[in-house]
Amino acid sequence: MKRESIVPAACAAVTYTVLCHPHHHTVFIVLTDGPGNKDDITRSKNEGKELSKEEKQRLRKQKKQQKKQKERKNEKSETEKEKTPVSLLPPPRPVATQKAPSALPAPASAPIPVPASAPFHSSPAPSPADKPAKSKAELKAERRARQETDRAAKQPGSSSSGIKTKVPLSELNPVVKRLPEHVQVDDPAVVKRLAKKLERQQIPLRSDYGYKVSLFSHLHQYSRKAPLTQQLSIPSTVIHPSIVRLGLQYSQGIVAGSNARSVALLHAFKQVIRDYTTPPNEELSRDLVNKLKPYISFLNQCRPLSASMGNAIKYIKKEISNIPSQCKEEEAKTKLLTCIDRYIEEKIVLAAKAISKYAIEKISDGDVILVYGCSSLVNNILCEAFEKSRKFRVIVVDSRPRLEGREALRRLVQRGISCTYVLISALSYILPEVSKVFLGAHALLANGYVMSRVGTSQIALVARTFNVPVLVCCETYKFCEKVQTDSFVSNELDDPDDLMVTRKGKTQLENWQDVSSLGLLNLVYDVTPPDFVDLVITDLGMIPCTSVPVVLRVKNLDQ
Amino acid sequence: MELQAVLMAAGGGSRMMDLTYNTPKPLLPVGNKPLIWYPLNLLERVGFEEVIVITTKEVQKMISTDPKVKLDVKMKLDLVCIQEDADMGTADALRHIQQKVKTDVLVVSCDLITDAALHEVVDLFRAHNATLSMLMSKAHEFTETVPGQKGKKKTGEQRDFVGVDDTGKRLLFMANEADLDEGVVIRKSIMRKHPRMHIKTGLVDAHLYCLKKSVVDFLADNKSISSIRGELVPYLVRKQFSKSTNSPKVIDETHQNLKKNDKIQISSRDEELLHLTQERSCWNDHRGDMSDAYHGGRLRCYVHIMDEGICYRVNTLAAYIEANRLAPKLFDEPAVHPSAVVSERCLIGADSIIGASCQISDKTSIKRSTIGVSTTVREKVKVTNSIIMHGVTIEEGCNIQGSVICSNAVIGRGADIKYCLVGSHSTAREHNSKIAPEKRLTECHRAEVNITYHYKSITYNNCHKVSK
Repeated sequence: MKRESIVPAACAAVTYTVLCHPHHHTVFIVLTDGPGNKDDITRSKNEGKELSKEEKQRLRKQKKQQKKQKERKNEKSETEKEKTPVSLLPPPRPVATQKAPSALPAPASAPIPVPASAPFHSSPAPSPADKPAKSKAELKAERRARQETDRAAKQPGSSSSGIKTKVPLSELNPVVKRLPEHVQVDDPAVVKRLAKKLERQQIPLRSDYGYKVSLFSHLHQYSRKAPLTQQLSIPSTVIHPSIVRLGLQYSQGIVAGSNARSVALLHAFKQVIRDYTTPPNEELSRDLVNKLKPYISFLNQCRPLSASMGNAIKYIKKEISNIPSQCKEEEAKTKLLTCIDRYIEEKIVLAAKAISKYAIEKISDGDVILVYGCSSLVNNILCEAFEKSRKFRVIVVDSRPRLEGREALRRLVQRGISCTYVLISALSYILPEVSKVFLGAHALLANGYVMSRVGTSQIALVARTFNVPVLVCCETYKFCEKVQTDSFVSNELDDPDDLMVTRKGKTQLENWQDVSSLGLLNLVYDVTPPDFVDLVITDLGMIPCTSVPVVLRVKNLDQ
Repeated sequence: MELQAVLMAAGGGSRMMDLTYNTPKPLLPVGNKPLIWYPLNLLERVGFEEVIVITTKEVQKMISTDPKVKLDVKMKLDLVCIQEDADMGTADALRHIQQKVKTDVLVVSCDLITDAALHEVVDLFRAHNATLSMLMSKAHEFTETVPGQKGKKKTGEQRDFVGVDDTGKRLLFMANEADLDEGVVIRKSIMRKHPRMHIKTGLVDAHLYCLKKSVVDFLADNKSISSIRGELVPYLVRKQFSKSTNSPKVIDETHQNLKKNDKIQISSRDEELLHLTQERSCWNDHRGDMSDAYHGGRLRCYVHIMDEGICYRVNTLAAYIEANRLAPKLFDEPAVHPSAVVSERCLIGADSIIGASCQISDKTSIKRSTIGVSTTVREKVKVTNSIIMHGVTIEEGCNIQGSVICSNAVIGRGADIKYCLVGSHSTAREHNSKIAPEKRLTECHRAEVNITYHYKSITYNNCHKVSK
C-alpha cells in the first residue's frame, strides 16, 4: 500500500512571508502552510526518516542554539516558539520555499534527487521582511535563476541513489512536510507527540475506539461513545463556547456536509473574533492566530477537518496576519468580520449561484438526473433548475449507514420535483434510464481525483460503463493541494457502531466486538479517478478534472 | 463565560417541617455535610468558578458564623438574600437576580444530590442550541422505614407525565396529575409533528435547568410566572409548538412592538449564518414528513434522563434518610473524622460516618449511621440505621434504631428509641424515655411514636408521645 501522499510542486510562493515571525519563519511555514503559500511541498514520511544521524544531530544542535538565542532576545518569542511543533528543519532557511515552478505539477516529479553538493545556498535567499515588497518581475527573475540552478543540480544527481540522494533532497526541498498526524495513528511516536501538543493546548484527546480494521490501522477510529466535552470544564474556559458547540455539532453530525461545516466554522470564528480582546503587550495579528490554534485542534479532535474548512482556516489566518500592527483593535475586528462575511458570500453563496447557472445549462427537458447522497450544492442546482421550469426527473441514490439521501429526497420532493429513491445496490438496474449523473464533492484533489462520500466512485464507475455523463459540482474553495490515488492513505473512519441496525427492537451485530474475526469498517470518503468524471462544474466555469492544479495556481497568483 | 450557575437555596423545606424547624433546609446535615454542599460540590467538580447563591438572611448568617456549617468549597459564592416572608418562587428569585445574569444560566436546586454527568445536560443545550435542557432521573423507591410515618409511604405525590420523542432527548410534553381533569390531553399540533411520543411516568425532576439568557429576560417582563418548575418549564415546553414563537414574522413584530413582551425572543446574532448552516447541513432531527430540521421551530426543550446513578432530591424525610445512607459513597473522606475521640473497644461499621470532635465511649456499637459533629455517645449504646445530628448527647445504655435525632438533643440513660424523630434541643430523660417499648415488636406500629420537640429548652422532662 502506498503511504506517501505527495503534494506536487505548484508554483513559487509569493505571499508566504506575511505569516512569519521574524525569528522562526520557516518553522511556521512548514507547519501552517499559510494562506497563499501554495508552494512546492513534498511531504514524505520516508524522507524525513532517512536523514542521516549526523544530519539530525546537526539540526538538533542548530535548533538548540537558536532557542538559546531567542531566549536571550526576548521571552515573548520564546513562548510562541513553544507553541510551534517541532520540525525536522533548521529554522534559518527561508530558501526552502523558493522552488522552481514546474509548469504542470506532476506528482511523480516532486522528489528530485540532487547531490549533496548542490549549490542551493548560493541561490537567492531573500529575507522574509523584504519579500512581499518584491515586484513580479523580480520574482520572475529569481525563479528563473533557481530553475537554472535546479536544472544544473539535477543532471549529476540522476545517477546517484540511496541515502546520498535523500539527504540533499531534504535540503533542496526543505519543506519536507511531515505526514499529517491523522494518517499515522499507528505510529506511537506520532500519537505521543499529538497528545503532548494537545496537552499543551489544554485540549482533550479524542478517545480511541480500541479496535482497528487491519488496513486502516493508521487512521483514527472515531467513537461517539465518550464525547470530548466530558473532559472539559462546563463553563468552558479554555475553548470558546461557540467552538465547543460547533465541535459537538460536528461530532454528532448535526452540522454535516462540507459547505455547512465551513459556514458553521466561519460563524463560530466570527463569535470568537467578536469576543476577542488583545492582551497587553501583544499584537492582534500574532496573538489571535495563536488563539485560534487550540480551537482548530479541538475541532479536529471532534471530527477531522474537511478540505473546505482547511482552506477557510488558511484564509482567516492569512487575513489576521495581514492586519498591520498599528491597526486599532476594533477596526481590525470589524475588518476581519467583514472578511469572513465576504468569504462566505463569495466562496459559498455566490459560488453556488454561479455553479447552478452553469449547471442548469446542462439540464435539458426530459432529463433523468441521478444524484447520490445529500449534497447541498446539487440540491440547490436541482431546485433552481426546477424553478426555471426545466422538466426533469431525479433519482436519489442512497446508501447506509447515514442514509443522507432521504434528506435530499425530502428537500427535493418538498419543492415538487418528481423523485425516485433507490439504494446503491439497485444502481445498475436504474442506470439505463438515467441521462446524467450529478455528484457533489468533499474536495477536488490536485491530481484531478474527486474526494466525496463513500460510494461516489462506484456510481461514477457504473455510470461510465453505461455511458452516462458524470458531472461533478464543486466550489473552487474546496480545491485542495493534496494528491491521493486511493481511499486508504487518508480517510475518515466513523463510529463502527453506526453500522448496527435495530429492527423491531432487535439489534443485529450488537455484540460484534466479541467476535474476534469480525471487523466493522465505516469509511466516510472515497476518491473517484478523473477518468470517470466528464466535467467539473465550478464557479469559474466548466472544467475537466485535470485542470484543478491550474485553478489552484491561478488562485494563488490572485491572492 | 458560557454559563452562569445559580443555586436556589431559599426554600423552607415545607415537606419536612420536622427537620427544618430549627435548621434551614440548605444546612441540614447529610453525611455530616450541609445539604447545600452537594450541589455546590457538583458545580465545582465540573469546573464552575463562581456561583450565585440565592438564599435567606438566616442561611447567610449561619454560613458566615457557624463553624459547623463549613462549606469547604473553593468557588466564589455570590450570596444573594431574598426575604423569607415574601413567598418568592424560584422564577421570582431568578427575576430578582436578572441584573447579574450575563449569559445562559444553569439553575440548580440546593436539595439535589446526584452523581450525574452534567455535561450530558449541557451538551444537549449546546448542540441543539436549546432554550431549555433539564435533568431527570428514574424515581427511587425508598426502602428505609420513615420515622413518624404510619405504614407505607403514602403516595401523596402527584405524578408527572413527561413526553419525549424517539431519541428520548427532546422534551415534547409535560403535565402534572394535579392539573389534569380527565386524562391526558395532547394537542394536535404536537402529534402532527411528533407522531411517535413516549410518555413516561415515574421520573423525578432533578430541578437542574439550563436556560437561555433570553428566558431570564422574558421572566423579567412576565411577572405572572413565579415558579420555574410549576410554570416556566411547562410554558416553554408548550410554546415549542405554538405558531407564534416559530414564525419569524413574530420575532420582527416583537422588535417593532416592544410593549408586547409576552413572547420569548430566540433570535440571536448572525441568525442568517445559522440558517445557512442548517440549510446546507444534511441532518434532520426527524423523519417521515416534509418539514425541515426541528420543524422550523426555534424554541427547543431537551431533557436528559439518567438511567443509572444517584439522583435524589432531599425534600422529604424519606429522601433525607436515603440520602444520608448513600452520602458516604459520594465523597472520599475517612468515615471517622480524625478529630473524633473513638474508644478502641467499640464497634463502628464501615458504612457509618463519625463527625469531628465526637466522643464515642466503650462497648458502643454504631452501624449504618451518621454521627454529627461534637456528639457524645456514652457506654453501651447501640445505634443502628440512624441519623444523629450535631451536638447530641446519648447517655449510657441507649438503643437507637432507625431514628433521626436532631441537633443538640439529649437522650437520657437507657432510652430505647425505635423509628422516631427526636426534635432539636429536646431531652428524653431516663425514667420516661422508653418509648413505646410494648410496640417495639409489632411491625405495623413501629412508626407510631413520634417525639418532636421544637423548643429550646431542656426543662421539658416528659416526652411528648404521639401514639395511636
